[in-house]
Amino acid sequence: MKLTFSPEDEAFRNQIAGWLRNNLVGEFAELKFRGGPGDEHMFPEERKRWEQKLAEGGWTCVGWPEAYGGRGLSIEQQVIFFEEYARAGAPGRMGHIGEGLAGPTIIAFGSEAQKEKYLPGIVAGTELWCQGYSEPNAGSDLANVQTRASLEDGKWRIHGQKVWTSLAHESDWCFVIARTEPGSKAHKGLGFFLVSMHQPGVTVRPIEQLTGTSEFNEVFFDGAVAEDIVGAPGEGWAVAMGLLGFERGVSTLGQQMQFQNELDEIIRLARANGAARNPGIRQRIAEAHTGLRLMRYNAMRMLSSSQDGQADSSALVYKLHWASWHRNLGALAMDVLGPEAELIDDAPYELSRLQSLFLFTRSDTIYGGTNQIQRNIIAERGLGMPKEPKGR
Amino acid sequence: MKFRFTDEQNMIRETAAGFLQDVSGPAAVREVMATESGYDRALWRRICEELCFQAITVPEEYGGMGLGYVELAIVLEQMGRNLLCSPFFGTVCLGGNGLLVAGTEQQKARYLSEIVAGELTATMAWTGPEAAHGGGEWGAEAVTATWEKTSEGYLLNGTLRYVINGHTADLLIVAAREAGTRGKDGVSLFTVPADLAGIQRSWLPTMDQTRHLGEVVFSEVSLSADSLMGEAGKGWPSLEKILDLAKVAIAAEQLGAAQQVLDMSVQYMQERVQFGRTISSYQALKHKAADMKLKCEVAYSAVYYAACVALESLDPDGDPAIAAQLREAAAMAKGYCSDTLFFNAGCALQLHGGVGFTWEYDVHLYFKRAKASELYLGNGAAQRELIAGLLLDEEFRT
Repeated sequence: MKLTFSPEDEAFRNQIAGWLRNNLVGEFAELKFRGGPGDEHMFPEERKRWEQKLAEGGWTCVGWPEAYGGRGLSIEQQVIFFEEYARAGAPGRMGHIGEGLAGPTIIAFGSEAQKEKYLPGIVAGTELWCQGYSEPNAGSDLANVQTRASLEDGKWRIHGQKVWTSLAHESDWCFVIARTEPGSKAHKGLGFFLVSMHQPGVTVRPIEQLTGTSEFNEVFFDGAVAEDIVGAPGEGWAVAMGLLGFERGVSTLGQQMQFQNELDEIIRLARANGAARNPGIRQRIAEAHTGLRLMRYNAMRMLSSSQDGQADSSALVYKLHWASWHRNLGALAMDVLGPEAELIDDAPYELSRLQSLFLFTRSDTIYGGTNQIQRNIIAERGLGMPKEPKGR
Repeated sequence: MKFRFTDEQNMIRETAAGFLQDVSGPAAVREVMATESGYDRALWRRICEELCFQAITVPEEYGGMGLGYVELAIVLEQMGRNLLCSPFFGTVCLGGNGLLVAGTEQQKARYLSEIVAGELTATMAWTGPEAAHGGGEWGAEAVTATWEKTSEGYLLNGTLRYVINGHTADLLIVAAREAGTRGKDGVSLFTVPADLAGIQRSWLPTMDQTRHLGEVVFSEVSLSADSLMGEAGKGWPSLEKILDLAKVAIAAEQLGAAQQVLDMSVQYMQERVQFGRTISSYQALKHKAADMKLKCEVAYSAVYYAACVALESLDPDGDPAIAAQLREAAAMAKGYCSDTLFFNAGCALQLHGGVGFTWEYDVHLYFKRAKASELYLGNGAAQRELIAGLLLDEEFRT
């Protein structure tokens, strides 16, 4: 157990920091600190070009094996990459669902043909992905999927509705879980499909959120053709669950650097407007600072263990910790601003970055498993307590 | 960068866990906690001779094992888990750290060797009754004993309270100030054998009986010139560092205790049946246990992050950027773990229902330790105020 990095890793840090300094300029300068959660709808075209710029430098999919076009970085160097990326204020990644979720799933469960077909576009930053999991009646109860996949003339066709699909309107592909066996229940009889978004039978409808903006969408599949199925029909749940393991990857460190930028801004404001002298605010800023620092070391534990092929108990509590922390940060931002927090940038409903943070973080404790679902999981998987009873 | 235990560290952890479970079970704790000394001398001898925990952080040149603060934290975590009643914390985390941070070569050579040999217990006496001002004053203002220079050495006067094992330790690291000084000025540290003329010591019985406190009164105590640690009147930075290291150590104990009350609660909830089902099947109670688990996991990261920082700060060749985080890391660990243990012990009491309120069940031992260790060196709010100062106030920013 040690906190220091090797000289080789520090040299790598200089390399990526230098690349970002030289390339996050010109048309990309305006993207600094943009496109994060709550801001994902901003500058889509510019951020797509940034994805390709990253790819030219070899900075997409840095943790993937070199055989699949990745950079094959060690965990340490991935940590450094994400830290420097966020420190430089480089924009929220448009390609993160392909790079962090779709790609690793295809690498783990897909056929060789699927790897050849889908991975290069993700590495090149030219093909963007979205995720078709939740449905109106499959939220916390994710296995209650009702979207159907039926084999018609040798092709899988998808019928049904997905919801809370972020970046659907910007995406080229969607991975969808759908029921391959009519009448099957819960996690049995599902398939994991790869569906082009550019075809008749796919309709994207933005959801207007409490922020007045729309990062999330409803996606309607009306006989859309799925080009591929990953794994066998009926085994989609295992593939989908394998994917959840990838969600707690190294990219959480990038998320944390984004959090650090937000906290830094709040501290700057508190010092400027005198809130830093308020004992209650001081306590909360110190608590936020502590929570974020400890989040980093929780992540380090997860990553150090996963590198050696072991699961660490910190992984179970990770989502509950960061989601609650981030929600509290949003409220703290408003309390630091005081009455000024009420005034928005412009009519009809142009929110400031911190106002967006305050409102948007209310989704953190809901999506990806609500705080209450997280506590069930911790109690059941982490502490061996009985499962919640299921209705019939 | 590797944030997980090495094989050797895992081995130390297993050894400490197994041994302490054997020798510091509830019956043993209850027996010894009621005695005046507060510890079992035969057990202390075994720890020193067979396990050598007291030698972990002592450099090899003084006969120690030359391991780091991570290994120390591993052992402390298990001690907290089992509420070990022992002079370990005072001897190693106050006395030993005091010598490592501030001792002269001669003092280290003599006393650290004796600690390693199991021949000497130690503690640090630094707070006057003023430590209770304002609900807890653990900064320089709490140093109220006085020293003055004499022709042969120094003369000590004053009353020191809240001294861990103060009535039994053989060697006292004493903080005192030059008469007439205030705050961080004039503070000096001394090595003081507890049997010198003019020293009166007494036991201060405590609500948490698992860690004993004493009072030490100095009346015109003459010290030789070589008792001084470091430079006269310039001792505050050393004292502050010793206290930061002590906070990390307390936090490690708190982590172990917080984990233990969670385990006790889960076991009880899996056995206790009401309305025809185990109470572990009720979501309201599951969620309480889940919150306890979350706090344990985060506390674990806090302790071992701070232990890694302490490691660099005690190593002359340590990374200076990491060593410089000691104040903040120690405050984070002490603050987070204090709150965690009190939360978890309180939840454990509630989850045990009526039996948690009895003397017979062990929950109250942890609940009392929780409050005592929370208050010692400043509670969570005090640590957060310290962190806020580092983040927000000009005088701390460079």
